[in-house]
Amino acid sequence: MDMRPDRSVSLETLPRKQHAIVAAIEWARLAGPEARRLRELGFDEGVDVEVLHRATLGQGPIACRIGRMTVALRRAVAGAIQVSPMPAAAE
Amino acid sequence: MNAAPLVALVGNPNAGKSALFNALTGARQKVGNYPGVTVERKVGRLMLDDGRPVELVDLPGAYSLEPSSPDERVTRDVVTGTQDGERLPDALVVVVDAANLDNHLRFTLQLIALGLPVVVALNMVDLAERDGLKLDPKVLERELGVRVIPTVAVRKRGLDELKAALSGIVINGPMRLRKSDGSVQDDIVTLQRRARQIATAATVSETTVRRWTHMLDAVALHPVAGPILLLAIMFLMFQAVFSWAQPFMDAIDAGFTALQAFLTAELAPSLLRSLLVDGVIAGVGAVIVFLPQILILFLFILVLEASGYMVRAAFLMDRVMASVGLSGRAFIPLLSSFACAIPGIMATRTIDDEKDRLTTILIAPLMTCSARLPVYTLIIGAFIPNTQVLPFVGLQGLVMLGLYVMGIVGAFVAALVLRRTVTKGVSSGFMMEMPKYQWPQWRDVGIGLWSRAQIFLKRAGGIILTSTIILWVLLSFPKPPEQPAGAPKISAVDYSIAGRIANGIAPVFAPIGFNRDIVLALIPAMAAREVAVAAIGTVYAIDDPDSNQGGKAMVENLRGRWSLPTALAFLMWFVFAPQCISTIAVTRRETNGWKWPAFMVGYLFAAAYIMAGITYWLAVAAGL
Repeated sequence: MDMRPDRSVSLETLPRKQHAIVAAIEWARLAGPEARRLRELGFDEGVDVEVLHRATLGQGPIACRIGRMTVALRRAVAGAIQVSPMPAAAE
Repeated sequence: MNAAPLVALVGNPNAGKSALFNALTGARQKVGNYPGVTVERKVGRLMLDDGRPVELVDLPGAYSLEPSSPDERVTRDVVTGTQDGERLPDALVVVVDAANLDNHLRFTLQLIALGLPVVVALNMVDLAERDGLKLDPKVLERELGVRVIPTVAVRKRGLDELKAALSGIVINGPMRLRKSDGSVQDDIVTLQRRARQIATAATVSETTVRRWTHMLDAVALHPVAGPILLLAIMFLMFQAVFSWAQPFMDAIDAGFTALQAFLTAELAPSLLRSLLVDGVIAGVGAVIVFLPQILILFLFILVLEASGYMVRAAFLMDRVMASVGLSGRAFIPLLSSFACAIPGIMATRTIDDEKDRLTTILIAPLMTCSARLPVYTLIIGAFIPNTQVLPFVGLQGLVMLGLYVMGIVGAFVAALVLRRTVTKGVSSGFMMEMPKYQWPQWRDVGIGLWSRAQIFLKRAGGIILTSTIILWVLLSFPKPPEQPAGAPKISAVDYSIAGRIANGIAPVFAPIGFNRDIVLALIPAMAAREVAVAAIGTVYAIDDPDSNQGGKAMVENLRGRWSLPTALAFLMWFVFAPQCISTIAVTRRETNGWKWPAFMVGYLFAAAYIMAGITYWLAVAAGL
């Protein structure tokens, strides 16, 4: 799988409806329980992800699809998740 | 004879566990009552095909055996046999959502590793198929090494097969966990990858179809349309509580009034008649009248929860809640608290962050619970003229709305202050699975409503009846001596024990405009808030035995004895009023000690006193 680091963006800035693959998660930026819950909800390198909704303009949470699940998380957490947009879906 | 084998239903949140539990046990279930119970337990009975009865317990949903909320701790402790008051289950039914295998199988793998007999219910297979997912249960059985039964709990499909599989694994004999300490230390990432492999292997085919959930979310989570929809739903909910319930309330009220009239006519004047008519019927009747409103409120909350919308509401509210240091998760318990603070406080168990949860518990009583409705309705009806302020907007409704808003504003201010002082800490996160939308199952909603109604009626029959009778006794004795004709009549209430106590405390409340009757009502209102209405009813029934005791006479009495500033101060008192005893008890239980309930009572009492005082002084200054 092609995952050049220069192509990765954070989940926070990933455009809506753009399919992507989780490239890296900066666990150190997350509080302990937060990191564990993130893992429990299925966040892991190599899993496909997509931003579905962003809450009310400003700093509201985002809703994303991870695997077959929809998960809501805050932007600060999304910022710690690096993703590689999938070229196929971008075209 | 040995007790029936215990089978625990366990699985991820949103796997359809409760629906399966309801389908398996029907109405034969018991929900642990609030006060005095340490664990909320949902148990039901189930007959296996071979005639053996089995006790089925529904455990709170969890993501893993490493708990991050009190709810998940109960689940871990039960399946590892370390929960007080629960024996180690003889078997587990692991419920998984067929459409979400890669996630749910991870917890399943952890549970299987415990070593208890397991059968997996591959639930909601119909929804998975609708989403274009075809699975092979045989592959799952091979990979997991346990029986896997496809089920559709809400359509009762697969239940017989599930029961047959259970008969096969429930053996009579002591159970033992695989590891003596019961801990499963497997790495989450490894388990997750294994779960994904199994899910991929079991997937026969997968086609993408348009999903209802995504289409609905496009509106429900829309930055502009979403909040408008939420507001509309909230408006509809409160509208329904006040208008739909009215005919039922009138009917119940008419019933109790007729019963009073009947007893008054049939029985000779006696102490027993006074107890029945003035004490029991006046008191309990005044409370049961509110059953329709409470049920409608719970109906909305149950439907919003069952449909999956509640989590969307939490998503939309996260931003607002974050501004006072809470998370969107707190929205759900707070909304439930509009029905009653007790289920609200219990719902905080899903909040992982300890400080976040504590803050939510402390402000939950500020949400105007349905028990305060009787008080608001009575006082507003008696003192606020029903003039039209705007088309379709009456002054009475506006005051009622104002009281609700006052509670919400109070709660937000309290949260802001608490998060900067006693519950200081890093701002908690917000991370939540958003389940698929589902059509609520009326049967499940019905069961939920039925258990709420039972709890409410038990309260009315227990704590409310008892405190009403005690108050009646304290108000009725001793009787004032007969006065010679022409001499001023001695008030029966002032002469009674309760009257003397109230007259003693009254000076404390005199600065904020509270008279003796209010002080009398406040004491039993600690038992349950709606008793305040019953208590005022009883006071006037005893003080003025000749008048009829219908609602009309009570309103006349109030108007004659209370000034408008007093009435307004009384309303404001109840916005902040210290909680009922059940709320204090549930807070003690949920926070493991007396420290926080004591703090809660203290700060709310102070807030109630100050706010009622300000209201009174302003109203007097304004010449009302």
